[in-house]
Formats: sequence, C-alpha cells, structure tokens
Amino acid sequence: MTFRNGPIGLIFHTLFIAFILAPIVMVCAVAFTSQGFISLPSGGLSLRWFRAILDNPRFIEAFWFSLGLGALSATIAIVLAVPAALAVARNRFPGREALLAFFMSPLMIPHVVLGLAFLKFFTSVALVGTYFGLMVAHVIIIMPYALRLVLASATGIDPSLERAALSLGASNWTAFRRIVLPLVLPGVISGWVIAFITSFDELTMSIFIASPSTTTLPVRIFLHIEDTIDPLVTAVSAVLIYATAIAIFILDRAIGLEKLFVGKGR
Amino acid sequence: MAQRANPWLLSTPAILVYATFLVVPLALVFLISFFNFEFYGGIQQAFTWENYVDILTDGYYYEIYARTFGVAAGVTLACLVLGTAEAYVLSRMANPWKGLFLMVVLGPLLISVVVRTLGWALLFGSTGLISQALLALGLVSSPVSLMYSNLGVGIALTHVLVPFMVIAVWASLQRINPSTEAAALSLGASQFTVIRRVIVPQVMPGILSGSIMVFAMAASAFATPAIVGGRRLKTVATAAYDEFLNTLNWPLGAALAVLLLLATVVVLLAANRMVERRYGAVFN
Repeated sequence: MTFRNGPIGLIFHTLFIAFILAPIVMVCAVAFTSQGFISLPSGGLSLRWFRAILDNPRFIEAFWFSLGLGALSATIAIVLAVPAALAVARNRFPGREALLAFFMSPLMIPHVVLGLAFLKFFTSVALVGTYFGLMVAHVIIIMPYALRLVLASATGIDPSLERAALSLGASNWTAFRRIVLPLVLPGVISGWVIAFITSFDELTMSIFIASPSTTTLPVRIFLHIEDTIDPLVTAVSAVLIYATAIAIFILDRAIGLEKLFVGKGR
Repeated sequence: MAQRANPWLLSTPAILVYATFLVVPLALVFLISFFNFEFYGGIQQAFTWENYVDILTDGYYYEIYARTFGVAAGVTLACLVLGTAEAYVLSRMANPWKGLFLMVVLGPLLISVVVRTLGWALLFGSTGLISQALLALGLVSSPVSLMYSNLGVGIALTHVLVPFMVIAVWASLQRINPSTEAAALSLGASQFTVIRRVIVPQVMPGILSGSIMVFAMAASAFATPAIVGGRRLKTVATAAYDEFLNTLNWPLGAALAVLLLLATVVVLLAANRMVERRYGAVFN
C-alpha cells in the first residue's frame, strides 16, 4: 500500500521548502545587484560584484587555502581512521566500546571549547598561527566523521574472505591491500568527502587559531561580515553556494546524500 | 597462517594523535580555568575558584547562560515540530520528488553556516524582505528588524539545525512497517489518530536523539549568534570568544567554556540515559 500526502501536508511542505531556500536564494539574488549597498537587483542584473571578487585576492587566497587544508587534513584523518575502524569493526575485545566512544568524542565537545583549547595548547608549544597546528586541529574535528563511514563499510565485510586469503598464504599486508581495502573503499571515499566538507566549512574552532597567513575562507567571510555586510561578501557567498550546489548534485548521484549523512541508505 | 593484527596496535596512531592534540589541550583549558587573571600582570598561576564564583554569582553571566539555553530550548522545540512533520511528509512522497526534496533539505548542511546566516542577516535587516513584507501586509506600521534579537537568532539557528532533525526522524521512519499504518486506517482510525497513536510512538527514538543533537549544537553555536545576535546579545560561545580574543582574560573564558561543556555533557548524558531506559527495547 502506498500513501499520499493530503493538502495540509503539501502546504506545510511548500512552506518548509520555502523556509529552507529563502536565505540561500536571498544571497544569490542580492549578489547580482548593481548598487553599492545591500539591495535586490532592480532594473537588470549586474555582474559588478562578482568582478569585484577578482580585485580582492584575500578571498581567492583563502579559498585555495581552505581547499588545500581540507584535502590534506581529510587524507590524514582517513589514514588514521582506516586501521582504527578495522580494529573496532572486526574484533571483540575489552575496552572496545570505550575506545570507540573516545574516537567519537570530538563530536560531543563544542567547537568553541576546542578552539580555545587549541589556542592555549598551541601557544604553550609554539605552534600558534602555524599551518601544522591548524591542520592537526582540523584532523581532530573531522576524524569522527571519517571514522563513522569507514566503520559502516568495514562492519559489513565477511571475515571469512580475509581468512581465506591468509590461509592461502597471503601475508597480512597483501590480504589488506587486495581483499580488505577494496571492500572498505566506498566507506573510505565517502568518509574522505564528508571529512573534507566538514573541514572546508569549519569556522568556530578555526577562528581561534587562524593567523593572517592561515586564514580559511569561512574565517575570512566571517571577519568581513563582522566588519560590514556588503554586496562583495554576498557575491563571494553566492559563488560558494553555486559551487556547493554542483557538489551536492554530484555527491547525490555518486554516493547519495542520505548515505553520506545517515551512514547507510541506498 | 598469519595472525590478524592486534586491535590496539591498529588504533595506536589515532590514539597517539588524540592523546597529544585532544586530551592535553582540553586538560590545559580545565587547568587555566582555575588560574587568576590580573589586568596588568596577566595570567597568575595560582589555584583559585574565583572565575567560577564570578560566573555563578554575577547576574551578567547568569543572563548569558539563560539566553543560551533558552534560545537552544526554543530552537529544539521548533526543529522537533518542523523536522518531524517534514520527515513524515517526505517519507510519503513518491520518487523522483522524494529524492529531489531530500536533496533540497539535506543539501544546505554542506553550505557553510556563515553563508546561511548571512542570508538571514540580509532578510532580517530593517530594509530586508521580511520587514518590507510585514509593512506591505499592514501588520506593522514602521520597519522592523529581527537583527540583534533572540527571535532572529532562534529563526536562523532553526534553519541551520533542522536538517539534522529531519535526518534523525527519517532514519526512524525507514524502520517502520507500513502495514501498521494501513492496519490502523483500515480499522477506521482517522489520519490524525494514526499519526498520534501509530507513527509518533514508533519514531520517538529518532525524535529524541534528533532533539538531543539539535539542543547540544544550538547551545554551543557560534557563527549564527555572533552575526545575527551581534556584540550585545551574547551567548556563552560568543562571550568565551570575546574573553579569549578581545579582553584576553583566558582564565575567565576557559571557565565559561568548561561550564558550557559540563552543562552540555550533563544534558546529553541524562537525555541519552532517559531514551535508553524508556526505548532500549525498541532499539534492541
């Protein structure tokens, strides 16, 4: 039996979708204004503020910086997460639950707390304002996301596959490379993607430890908004929305957003 | 035959990174929250309860904590109602609409919170669309601004966090056997009764875990209260930020953060325990 939504459900749904899209559409619309202040475009669209981005290298530099930081920290997080996920997924040992809770704990800690913890710590060990410090901090906050998705795909592996390889004389490393790794690859890829996005979008923790030479794009946008809300920062945000929309579409096709967020599905 | 690697050995790299770069920094914050701060001398390394006493007795901080948890509670309630209803409506849609709208609802999670909040700041200003619409409808006589108001912060935070609620309830809804709903309908129950007596009890674990998550994130949110709430309407997160980066009173900022962390963890654990005690049977 299939169900259908009644008129009340559909009206609610329309209002809900309008609520979800309103601020996003608003940013995209205001970015096309020809005025020098925040206003909806009247009498034609203007690309003036998109061109203005090109004259403000600070935003473009911050974009590339965030892209590189996200890619590097997501890769490191995955390299740490894969063995940890295999250990937790395929073994029953005392302390397993506690270990898993420990690995997931950054999710429970407010990013403000992590931000000032890192600022204090990095100041004590002379890492404040360095690229290394920011990267390690990002690895910590994105680890749980990477781990969760690798764990989800590692849990489903039939242990007899690896046992068969080992009994046929494969070394541990060969069995891992030829049997286990291909099987967890979907989790590794979606784990990397969600880790990258989490790093790319992170603001609250980064703002404590970012220096002028290590400013991520969200930090750059936030500092600009704190100072003034103008069409320039709106245009930068609009470009970010377009890029994310394309990414959302590709990710939905390739992985499935449901799988990315819920950890299972399709 | 080769033996499988020891699980502790496999976890060692991650444990070492966590121990150095998570446990030590958090311990340091805890430690400095007991230090003293002199306006001219900086941080004094002597044990004192002063920061905590200051926060717990000063009405200024009491107001900040009350605002933070008040807004968080309101946002949780709004997300609970809106998110649950939307997840239910989505689950009854047919493809391709289901897939499309799920993408529209979950997609914003991938857009930076700063960008989404900027959108609300544009809508909220006294020359923004919301003010103009209310004026045109004759509901207000002069331009209104939701900027720098608790309501504005609440609306924007609801927008930021409601997708998490939809995900949580959606995951629960997938596990429901559709024939329970069909059975209730065929026995003459109204649609409202079906939702109240059949659907909601079954998705309660999802609703509760979603609410816990939303509450924790709303209480510790930074970007949205900082942009929409501004300098005057402080929450614990923005107050700790100001103490650390503007006033440079790190011990006080640390104490604010430690209390936020404790309050959040206590609420999370208590709620979790309640859910498990009440609905443990549903999960297992």
